[in-house]
Amino acid sequence: MAERVFANTSQPLSETLGMAPVDPEASGSSRVNVGQTERIFSAAGGALLLTVGLRQGSLGGFLLALAGGGLVFRGMSGYCPMNEALGRNSAETGEEAGVVEISKSLTIMKPREEVWAYWRRHENLPNFMYHLKEVRQITDKRSHWVAQIADSKLARALGSVEWDADIIDEVPNERLVWKSIPGSLVDHSGEVRFNDVPGGRPGTELHATIKYRPPAGQLGTAVAKLFNQNFKQMIKQDLRRFKQLLETGEIATIAGQPSGRKRDQLLENKPHQYSEPNQKHESLML
Amino acid sequence: MKALCYNGVRDLRAERVPDPTIINPKDAIIRVTYSSVCGSDLHIVNGYIPSVLAGDILGHEFMGEVVEVGSGVKKLKKGDRVVVGSILACGECQYCQSQSYSLCDNTNPHAWMTEKMYGDATAGIFGYTHAFGGYAGSHAEYIRVPFADVGAFVIPEGIPDESAVFASDAVPTGFMAADMADIQPGDVVAIWGCGGVGQMAIQTAWIMGASRVIAIDKEPERLRMARENSRAETLDFSKVEVMEALREMTGGRGPDACIDCVGMEATGEGWGYYYDKAKQSLRLENDRPLVLRDMIIACKKGGNISIVGVYSGFIDSIPMGAAMNKALTFKMGQQHSQKYIPQLLEHMQNGELDPGFLFTHKMSLEEGQKGYMMFNDKKAMRVVFDPRMN
Ligand SMILES: [Zn+2]
Ligand SMILES: [Zn+2]
Repeated sequence: MAERVFANTSQPLSETLGMAPVDPEASGSSRVNVGQTERIFSAAGGALLLTVGLRQGSLGGFLLALAGGGLVFRGMSGYCPMNEALGRNSAETGEEAGVVEISKSLTIMKPREEVWAYWRRHENLPNFMYHLKEVRQITDKRSHWVAQIADSKLARALGSVEWDADIIDEVPNERLVWKSIPGSLVDHSGEVRFNDVPGGRPGTELHATIKYRPPAGQLGTAVAKLFNQNFKQMIKQDLRRFKQLLETGEIATIAGQPSGRKRDQLLENKPHQYSEPNQKHESLML
Repeated sequence: MKALCYNGVRDLRAERVPDPTIINPKDAIIRVTYSSVCGSDLHIVNGYIPSVLAGDILGHEFMGEVVEVGSGVKKLKKGDRVVVGSILACGECQYCQSQSYSLCDNTNPHAWMTEKMYGDATAGIFGYTHAFGGYAGSHAEYIRVPFADVGAFVIPEGIPDESAVFASDAVPTGFMAADMADIQPGDVVAIWGCGGVGQMAIQTAWIMGASRVIAIDKEPERLRMARENSRAETLDFSKVEVMEALREMTGGRGPDACIDCVGMEATGEGWGYYYDKAKQSLRLENDRPLVLRDMIIACKKGGNISIVGVYSGFIDSIPMGAAMNKALTFKMGQQHSQKYIPQLLEHMQNGELDPGFLFTHKMSLEEGQKGYMMFNDKKAMRVVFDPRMN
């Protein structure tokens, strides 16, 4: 069974909630072989992706950052003292990376049908997942996801970050289970569940569980564990924006308001300015 | 435009900043006519609330004229003379629907910050640090007001600007303090702190039928106003043993309700003050809970404790045994502007509430630093900025 990473708990929340029975497949970037020239590019590009991903703070950004983190560590293997550990790691072909799980819930004061309908139309997702440029429905069950790289120079250098995902189970107005297709940039799966608030009170409880296999094997897992709290916040931010949009029709923001700062460093979609995990993260990258 | 910005601890400067614009459909732009200092700003100015950034525009108690409305604004129109509640509320979430507006789920873009500290996110507050949303404040020529239909109220004829500005924060906070104290006709009410909020709590206690209101402070001018403008009996804690006096004045029972309009920067005379002050300056304790301790001991058995003075973090040495064994009821919170403003505007219109006397000093934004220091040193009841002045 795949190893799971949690802070001080042995039972994953998904089990407590009876959710997300599907683990992401180990394929694609969670089992990559890295060549020497690729390494150089990986380290540079990965560091940038990581920064951009974290700054933008959303589910798409989280996947972007994960991809970036993977690239950094693949790249680093040729140059840093971690060489040995990482080298051994990539030599262990066939070993699967552990599954990391993130769960978040919140309550939306709208009927279940309405909440479901908005989410199920995947084209809507970029409206509150700030990291996504586009989600396109290819068939009823398969969708194509494009993450947004805000920095135009970086976007030119790296191209776009894209993956496909399949809905593998759905019960209208109740639950949606999806999984990235084999060979994706980040192997991930997830479930979103829509429950009535108990006691006949108005509103919908939204539960989301995301599972992923960090790229670059166990070092990646260790890194992902370190930032787990941060990613949790990102997912929560996405859900919060979803709630704001459904309840009020707009998303609260201070981006674009005046201040006495010359250039406003503090945009609403860079919520990690204050958080310690991110400082650790960035210093790790330097 | 011109705006009063935070630059560092006790360092405020009037600066040129860009004009605000409509960002979301439910926004309105208000041309600020009056913007008052508030006691809770001092916690920021004195460096006790983290997450303020250099360049942030301060101020949350204001009124003005609507100059622009977003496409989603239905009730307000250009030219309306409005007072705006200091706390932002969306009007749609479960808290807004139950009139607990200051608990709004949807107005804090940095919800994750207070959520980490408090377990839940708070609503946004104008000009009150990034933990509370990071919204640009009202000490400026113009301000963007999100969810304007919910938070801005047209001021009825007959209420002058000099009174109306306080309907934004001081009056509703004092009003809510008395409301939470659940004052019954005949109750004796003790109120700690005779700043703007305390004065309004006194006046509201009378509206609710209190038989006696005893106000506690040490600033002679504030005590005088409590007596002359708000008709309370007063105790000067620098001269009188307050706990004993309250006991004696109430036939040995203690006040039926005790109200804290001071919060985390309380000053006092006894050991407790120096204990808290030392810990606070070492950042071992965020707040100095002197008033809270006194209220618990002073309050009548089974009485009500109401807290509107702001606390931000951790406190210690609270006599919980006394609170539990005396079966006290505690109620507290940031004011629900949108719930109280309509009713208190009516009380103001018919003369039952009169905050006009709080307006003791009018200054320009350029005088911002001076104004806050005067206010900090209790040399002014309320300094109100007029951004039109130079
Ligand atoms: Zn205030
Ligand atoms: Zn709300």
